[in-house]
Amino acid sequence: MITDNTAIYAESLTKRFGDFTAVDAISFDVKKGEIFGFLGANGAGKTTAMRMLCGLSIPTSGKASVAGFDVYKQTEQIKRNIGYMSQKFSLYEDLTVRENIRFYAGIYGKSDAFIKEKTAFLLRELHLEAEENKLVRSLPLGWKQKLAFSVAIFHEPEIVFLDEPTGGVDPVTRREFWNMIYKAAESGITIFVTTHYMDEAEYCNRVSIMVDGRIDALDTPGQLKKTFNVSSMDEVFLKLARQAKRSGD
Amino acid sequence: MVSVIANNLTKQYGKKKDIVYALKGVSFEVEKGELFGIIGPDGAGKTSLFRILTTLLLPDGGTASVDGLDVVKDFKAIRQRVGYMPGRFSLYQDLTIEENLEFFATIFNTTIQENYDLIKDIYSQIEPFKDRRAGKLSGGMKQKLALSCALIHKPSVLFLDEPTTGVDAVSRKEFWEMLRSLKKQGITILVSTPYMDEASLCDRVALIQNGGILSVDTPEGVISSYKHPLLAVNDGNMLQLLNLLQQYEGVLDAYPFGEYHHVVVKEGYSESSITAYLQQQQLGQVEVHAIRADIEDCFIALMKGEGRS
Repeated sequence: MITDNTAIYAESLTKRFGDFTAVDAISFDVKKGEIFGFLGANGAGKTTAMRMLCGLSIPTSGKASVAGFDVYKQTEQIKRNIGYMSQKFSLYEDLTVRENIRFYAGIYGKSDAFIKEKTAFLLRELHLEAEENKLVRSLPLGWKQKLAFSVAIFHEPEIVFLDEPTGGVDPVTRREFWNMIYKAAESGITIFVTTHYMDEAEYCNRVSIMVDGRIDALDTPGQLKKTFNVSSMDEVFLKLARQAKRSGD
Repeated sequence: MVSVIANNLTKQYGKKKDIVYALKGVSFEVEKGELFGIIGPDGAGKTSLFRILTTLLLPDGGTASVDGLDVVKDFKAIRQRVGYMPGRFSLYQDLTIEENLEFFATIFNTTIQENYDLIKDIYSQIEPFKDRRAGKLSGGMKQKLALSCALIHKPSVLFLDEPTTGVDAVSRKEFWEMLRSLKKQGITILVSTPYMDEASLCDRVALIQNGGILSVDTPEGVISSYKHPLLAVNDGNMLQLLNLLQQYEGVLDAYPFGEYHHVVVKEGYSESSITAYLQQQQLGQVEVHAIRADIEDCFIALMKGEGRS
């Protein structure tokens, strides 16, 4: 059921490529301001599902809405109202810190006044004032990822999609990054995040686990551990993912 | 017997203004037959180190040897003896599984049949698809093929650069099981990973950060040299709890750790003083118990210690 409090809604959402059903009738909803962990083994269908929710791929069947917009007919509005970052692609390495912010803010059609004020605020918050004219390439990975996240929510989207945002990041920065996620969620931004770190699954309000294109489990981390009668999310994940018939990406 | 020696290796990239120090004097030794882990985040210098040891990159300073052969002078001999699986899949996408394997066997003057025993456990899993092109394989199958190709000339030392990055928990477990059975065949294995939890699967590990080694020891040794008492704390509101912990004078450090927050206790304080403090805060049901550090706790402590000096 869609209410005023629903950020993402999916019902029997399906994507087929020829004979292959990449996403097999998944149903779930994400509440506004929720941190929603979207887990699954490689090849389980996470990326395909995320692409549909981001308006980049039209579903084969089923229903879904993101920020109140339909994934079949209103893909442009979806793109305007979400933020996205991944480990693989986030910022332009050949542009400076300031240029990257300006570029993304411009794409989302923000006013010069808004950009100016918010850029100053952001640089201060990230302690990047001295680095604003440095190429992003020269920043340490941890800084890059924190900047990328700030840029992804710069236009104040309703929802931000994070695709393995902390892969390869050192343990201290990884925690600083999650601190930023918490702050963003507190300010009302809905967080949709994938990760291979099972300790990070614990930081989510709710977690779904995909196996072979289906969502086989969806609950709070605490409840999932109870249901599967194990002591860690790692074991929950292993129990479910071991049942998979289809092999990785 | 020592298999790999790195002695004060340095490497830098870029020019004057934008200089990046990838390795700042890295030293360690790996014994023959050891499964040795290089554990550290992206940008720590793991790939530069592996490329120097496999003779694909010249160090700017320091020396290194593999099986007693110098990585600069004896590069040709070293290339015959080592297997290298780079972090990025780099086999021929438009050759089939079998063609790729045959290609690598031929380059090293051997045949698939000659060393089949060594790769049998791994290769037999993908052999039913041997006519499929490498570009069409799943991530897990690519990994098995790459490992088979790195092994086909029966190397004495195997270098695996982040074989499990981006790989899900199930496939990671399987991969480490493969490594363990290879170790039984006497091959020295150096493996790098950003996943701290994989450290416990190695005989010894080097923790690396910003081009410098933080510690070289057995996983058990790293853990037992952790100096401070450590607590795991948990209650209903984790964010509030973390703030309270970080404000308390008896806390050296507090950070989220999955379901719990880990709390490093300052000297002169104890589990009971922290429990008492938290009870004063009128939280709900707070759970506090002492725990043993794991590798990630050690890494965090070493990183922050490095930051202070």
